[in-house]
Amino acid sequence: MRYLLIEDNETLARAVVDRLVLDGHVVDHAEDLATAADYTATTDYDLILLDIMLPDGDGRTFLAQRRSAKSRTPVIVLTARSEVSDRVGLLDLGADDYMVKPIDFSELEARCRAVLRRRGGEARNVISFGDLEFDSLAGTLKIDGSETSLRTRELRLFEIFINAPNQLFSKSKLVDRLFSYDEEASENAIEVYVGRLRRRLEGSNVSITTVRGLGYKLEQR
Amino acid sequence: MRGLILSIGLIWLASLSSAFEVEDHAVFGDQDAGQVLRIISTADIAFFEPMILSYLESHPGVAVDYTVAGSSELMRALYDEGLSFDLAISSAMDLQTKLANDGQALRHSSDQTQDLPDWAVWNEMVFAFTQEPAAFVISNEAFADLPRPESRQQLITILRQNPEIFHGRVGTYDIRASGSGYLFATQDARTSDTYWRLTEVMGTLAPKLYCCTSDMIEDVASGKLAIAYNVLASYAEQSEHADAFTIILPSDFAIVMLRSMLIPKSSQDPELAAGFLDFVLGQTFPRGISPLLQSNSLEQANESALHRIRLGPGLLVYLDQFKNRSFLAEWENAILQE
Amino acid sequence: MSGPRTTGSIRQRLLVLLLLGAAVIAVLLYLVVQSVARQIAQESQDNILAASAISILDSTRVKGGELSIDLPYSALSMLGSVTDERAFYAIRLNDGFLSGYEDLPVSGDYGGAATAFRSATYLGEDIRIASTRRSFSTDEGQALLEISVAQTLAGMNRTLARITRISLLVGFGFFVLSALMALFIARSTIRPLHRLTESVSRRGPSDLRPVAAPVPSEMAPLVLSLNKLMARLQYSLTRSEDFIAEAAHRVRTPLAILRTQAEITLRRVEKPENRQAVREMIRAIDESSRTAGQLLDHAMVTFRTDSLSREDVALHALVQDTVDRLGPLSELKEVSIETARLDEAVVPGDAILLQNALHNLLDNAIKYASRNCRVTVSLARSPSQATITVSDTGPGFPDGGSVKLLDRFARGDNAGSVVGSGLGLTIVKEIVLAHGGEMELKNNEEGGACVVLSFPLA
Repeated sequence: MRYLLIEDNETLARAVVDRLVLDGHVVDHAEDLATAADYTATTDYDLILLDIMLPDGDGRTFLAQRRSAKSRTPVIVLTARSEVSDRVGLLDLGADDYMVKPIDFSELEARCRAVLRRRGGEARNVISFGDLEFDSLAGTLKIDGSETSLRTRELRLFEIFINAPNQLFSKSKLVDRLFSYDEEASENAIEVYVGRLRRRLEGSNVSITTVRGLGYKLEQR
Repeated sequence: MRGLILSIGLIWLASLSSAFEVEDHAVFGDQDAGQVLRIISTADIAFFEPMILSYLESHPGVAVDYTVAGSSELMRALYDEGLSFDLAISSAMDLQTKLANDGQALRHSSDQTQDLPDWAVWNEMVFAFTQEPAAFVISNEAFADLPRPESRQQLITILRQNPEIFHGRVGTYDIRASGSGYLFATQDARTSDTYWRLTEVMGTLAPKLYCCTSDMIEDVASGKLAIAYNVLASYAEQSEHADAFTIILPSDFAIVMLRSMLIPKSSQDPELAAGFLDFVLGQTFPRGISPLLQSNSLEQANESALHRIRLGPGLLVYLDQFKNRSFLAEWENAILQE
Repeated sequence: MSGPRTTGSIRQRLLVLLLLGAAVIAVLLYLVVQSVARQIAQESQDNILAASAISILDSTRVKGGELSIDLPYSALSMLGSVTDERAFYAIRLNDGFLSGYEDLPVSGDYGGAATAFRSATYLGEDIRIASTRRSFSTDEGQALLEISVAQTLAGMNRTLARITRISLLVGFGFFVLSALMALFIARSTIRPLHRLTESVSRRGPSDLRPVAAPVPSEMAPLVLSLNKLMARLQYSLTRSEDFIAEAAHRVRTPLAILRTQAEITLRRVEKPENRQAVREMIRAIDESSRTAGQLLDHAMVTFRTDSLSREDVALHALVQDTVDRLGPLSELKEVSIETARLDEAVVPGDAILLQNALHNLLDNAIKYASRNCRVTVSLARSPSQATITVSDTGPGFPDGGSVKLLDRFARGDNAGSVVGSGLGLTIVKEIVLAHGGEMELKNNEEGGACVVLSFPLA
């Protein structure tokens, strides 16, 4: 998936970009509306993440322009402003969803997925590995022609693995990626989810192997 | 009309004499009645009796003491001697007016007085209750070949054209001796100049002057007079010899004298007097039911030709000594040409 | 809100002043009409008396060296012509009595005029006397003839009584008319004020446009000040909103950066105890940011409830919308959120606040519900109210739902590590109360918390 992040804060932008790249997305970063306009003129994005307060204008102006240009690219607004007064206005202006800073990345991922899924159909993100095909938007796993649906955290976990096959993930890294920080999550929970995923992967030539003491990785046998 | 024998000029002189002169006196009703209504009047007992009797019928507990006096005697009794009477009845309108004007009468106002015609009341003190027109009385025999005089002007013409018939046979009041005559003459003179011309014409015909209406009527009836001028029509109508003469109310204007009543301030029982007064007025107005003598000719007369003498201060003018003197002088000048 | 202190009513003051004025003028009118009419009546009587006296004088001539007085009939008859008056006269020559009423009071002071008038009492009645005089040459030399004519005042008094009655009526009538006009004036004077009041109070809470309708010039300063005040209010409102937004931005942005940095750090840290420390830091940041957010939300709620707008809000759409929006979050938390019953209900209120309340409530429910539990939202409509029930299958409120939970910063015992400021329910409660509704916290019989919000229908 190709994302455009419009955000003037360098640190925040880098963190968001890093996180999204980890999830296997291609992310362009524009620091202001002018740059964003240049990007959107030349590239089709699957999703735009838009900050409201930008050095050369208000994100809402950008929203309004996109809307009048009949652009169909979904937009999630990242705002530091009060959600009470801005919500109605943002959604009215054509934002598909919004998040209030500071952003919980798990929630951001969930919202991005929800928005993309709602826009549905045309945007597909199918990854093949070994003898399986994985559609991260639909959350389906096809092994040898038979399809199974993955539930939330299994889906997230599998996404993490399939975006970086053969890469070793420590349990603590996985906890960071899988749970928000306000959730009480132990590494045992990771073992539970990995166990479930393994059951799903039975019959395929792809498996999650345990590297004792270090973590897990997705491998083709 | 004995009540009018005294001249107006005597009014002031009268104060010199000791007591007023009573002509007649009668008491009607229960002598021992608790209430006595004392009337002083210039009208004969016979004239007023029907009214009193009619009153007593409905008021049994009252006695009426009726005193007849001449109009100036009445004036003297009330004005100068301050005698007490409950009601004063007189045909001398000027004197009645003077009594009232000079504060000798009590005001009276009742439902009965509200409905009176304007001419019949003055200042709620003087109330008229009969109308006495002054008429020509002509001898039928003397006028057999002559046209009937309907107005003063016609009378003047007839007198002028027939001096041989009328010489010494024209009669009228001696206004120096008769209050009524004076009243008629002054009102005549006030109303029209014709009066003076008529008086002058009469003056040329050696007129006979009378103190009283009744004498004039008698003389016309007997043929001594061919015509009498300013005769009280009601009396003439009453005459036994009424067929011998004709009564004519002049069509130019007929002077109407009003007989009137007032309650003297000396009244000892003003309420009783007021009751009687209302009774008389009730019998008189509306016209026609009064038991009193009324002139028939008045009924037939043209209302616009009736010249009712107006009660009021105007009448005082002729009581003024200067006016009186100059009027009499002028009259004498006209009537006494020999 | 208590009413402003008042110092009487303008209308009443105006009315009282106008009525007082009218009363004074009415009394003056009465007095003036009375005195003028009296004077005229007196003058007309004097004129008649004078005419009478002069006519007598005019009838006097010297005949053969002697005075001859031919009293005209009209001289006295004119006196009784209108009303029955008693009339008196006296003719005096060189102060000697000639004719008439000898004891009639003598004339008043001529004072240079041809006629002298005086009032006196004669024969027990009030009279008015007019006298006039002229000198004649007679045989006995110059003689001064004086004519006095007098009349009682019965008619005059009747006329005066009538005049008094009429002038009283005129005065009273004037007063009544003035009173009516005063009422009308007071009313129409106040009307523009009423209209202004109406046009201002009819406005919606956020309508701060200047008053544009024309007003009488006297009210222009008031309207000008009002408009200035509203402009200032508008400005400060805008500023308040801006301020809250700005504050949110200022607080959240550094927190966001901080959190991001912490997260990046966490990826690099391997040691479990260090990782734990960073995690706690992130959690603390989350909590601060949430508290800041809710504080700002609370400020916004307070600000908006002060002048609550009352537009029709479709609660069912709002509930559905909020549930939809929380979908990703609940999915993330493995909490299922569903709408059980959704009646159509429209209540008057502020959509943003209601949405905030609902969002807070559901956010709370998702947050405190344990994994795999279910949050059920329903909207039921009765003839008089709309009831939103949010219940979950979680552990329920401690103490079965206590009022304390609603106090600012109070948190349930089971909050544990869950990030939440405790302001959430307070905000909800304030919003519900502002809408004239009620809020109830309880635990379901089969376990789990239940919050019931009820709003009166329009």
